[in-house]
Amino acid sequence: MDDLCYTPAHELGRLLREKKVSSVELTEAVFGRIDAVDEKVRAYLFLMREEAMVQARAVDAALAGGQQPPPLAGIPIGIKDNLCINGYETTCASKILKGFVPPYDATVIGSLKQQGAVFTGKTNMDEFAMGSSTENSGFFPTANPWDLERVPGGSSGGSAAAVSAGEAVMALGSDTGGSIRQPAAFCGVVGLKPTYGRVSRYGLVAFASSLDQIGPITRDVRDCAVLMGVIAGHDPKDSTSVPRGVPDYAGSLVADIKDFRIGVPREYTGEGIAAEVRAVFDQAVQVLTGLGATVEETSLPHTKYALPAYYLIAPAEASSNLARYDGVEYGHREPAEDIVASYKKTRSRGFGPEVKRRVMLGTYALSAGYYDAYYLKALKIRTLIKRDFDAAFERFDLLLSPTAPTPAFKIGEKVADPLAMYLSDICTLAVNMASLPALSVPGGFAGHLPVGIQFIGPPFAEERLLRAAYAFEQETGWVAKRPAL
Amino acid sequence: MITIKDVEHVALLARLELSEDEKRVYTEQLANILEYASVLNELDTKDVPPLTHVLPLQNVFREDKVGEHLEPETVLARAPEREDRYFRVPRLV
Repeated sequence: MDDLCYTPAHELGRLLREKKVSSVELTEAVFGRIDAVDEKVRAYLFLMREEAMVQARAVDAALAGGQQPPPLAGIPIGIKDNLCINGYETTCASKILKGFVPPYDATVIGSLKQQGAVFTGKTNMDEFAMGSSTENSGFFPTANPWDLERVPGGSSGGSAAAVSAGEAVMALGSDTGGSIRQPAAFCGVVGLKPTYGRVSRYGLVAFASSLDQIGPITRDVRDCAVLMGVIAGHDPKDSTSVPRGVPDYAGSLVADIKDFRIGVPREYTGEGIAAEVRAVFDQAVQVLTGLGATVEETSLPHTKYALPAYYLIAPAEASSNLARYDGVEYGHREPAEDIVASYKKTRSRGFGPEVKRRVMLGTYALSAGYYDAYYLKALKIRTLIKRDFDAAFERFDLLLSPTAPTPAFKIGEKVADPLAMYLSDICTLAVNMASLPALSVPGGFAGHLPVGIQFIGPPFAEERLLRAAYAFEQETGWVAKRPAL
Repeated sequence: MITIKDVEHVALLARLELSEDEKRVYTEQLANILEYASVLNELDTKDVPPLTHVLPLQNVFREDKVGEHLEPETVLARAPEREDRYFRVPRLV
């Protein structure tokens, strides 16, 4: 049964169509796996077992009726708990939203429902997606399936751990500074952060609106392409989504990258990158060279300013977005004498330490007398970072880097030191600042821990990223490895 | 340098109630983060425009017509406290 849980969705789709397996069998296998391992991994906040079985039976009925189902019909998918599913609790792993049941679907959820996908449940995350380890969940931390004493990364740690542990065939995450790619790297799965505007954010609980994107976390690159094809597209409900046709991502998967010009920014491979990550990365460069790509060193000179600028911009946007949690229209409320006291009590008890820290930092950066020095300055740095990438993409088709500076770290290791935690997004967050697409694919192992490599592309070059990652995956086969749980 | 007074002021703006312990920790941590951010001052950005959005997005207009919307009852049912068709809140003044 575990083999079924580790079969990619594109393969399962064929088995379903050929009636070699039923959607009910597949869904039962995945919930069986959840029952067997989630006590250890704790990838899920809430399970949707009954509704999953109802949906699986509906898919089987459609198949029995001779219908040709869409690619994701009957596929068990985990959903990060910052995406709204009509009628099911959505908490962002925050106590302030405990018990909140949204009365509408996120657009990506609607797209998956149209496919006939089966939702397994809501996956754990850092509270409001603020964090890099899932330890900031307001409920409990998630463990890395490759080593239960280590973090799965974050903030989409529950989604990445669920796919890695066979507790979901694929999952949705969101990425504001690396929250899809870094956990994908830590858990040995594939994660894609699309170009800003490529996927509708409607129904995604906002963290930093100019940086957030929803994206796939999958077992292999083909699944990533299939899921991307389903969630991408313009949505009138998100005015920042781009009215632009959706390419046939799965159709673009040709394992051929001859003549690809790939740049390696030296700022992403030097100081701060662990030796064992560097070793995996160097091997990956060799593989790509062997496949006929030209790999050359390049430079993104403003890289060292990306992290400090990000940690002004993202908290500033967050402090504004999170002002809505006041205990008036929905969510948790602490009773008090007057309304200001109620706001303060509600927010102080509802938000965890990292959320408060970022709300404080963002409020400070936006407050009178500091706006120009911090927030405006950071937005200007953002322009310089974008220009670095623009210049690099005049010479290169893609950029390549490690996804994270280290493999998964120990639970508790960085909790007391926010800056050390922020540094684990050093290779990913400039991509969000420049609104670019980037994909993390398993690149090899450091001891028993997976290491990811990241392809970065110019805006709307998702096909190129998928193709390069597919060629690399076909050559290396790292995706076939499973954690011993 | 950020002081405990700054932290208290920002906490009020952000409608957060901090314990003495939290005030102390946040003063120290915010000071560290802002100190780290001061590296940005190395760059002369006088002639650099700020970047808010990368994509050339324009205002989106639509007909001023009532579209799909949530029923008031659906929304009010989620309120911590309500009265008739209103959200009920503690005393304002």
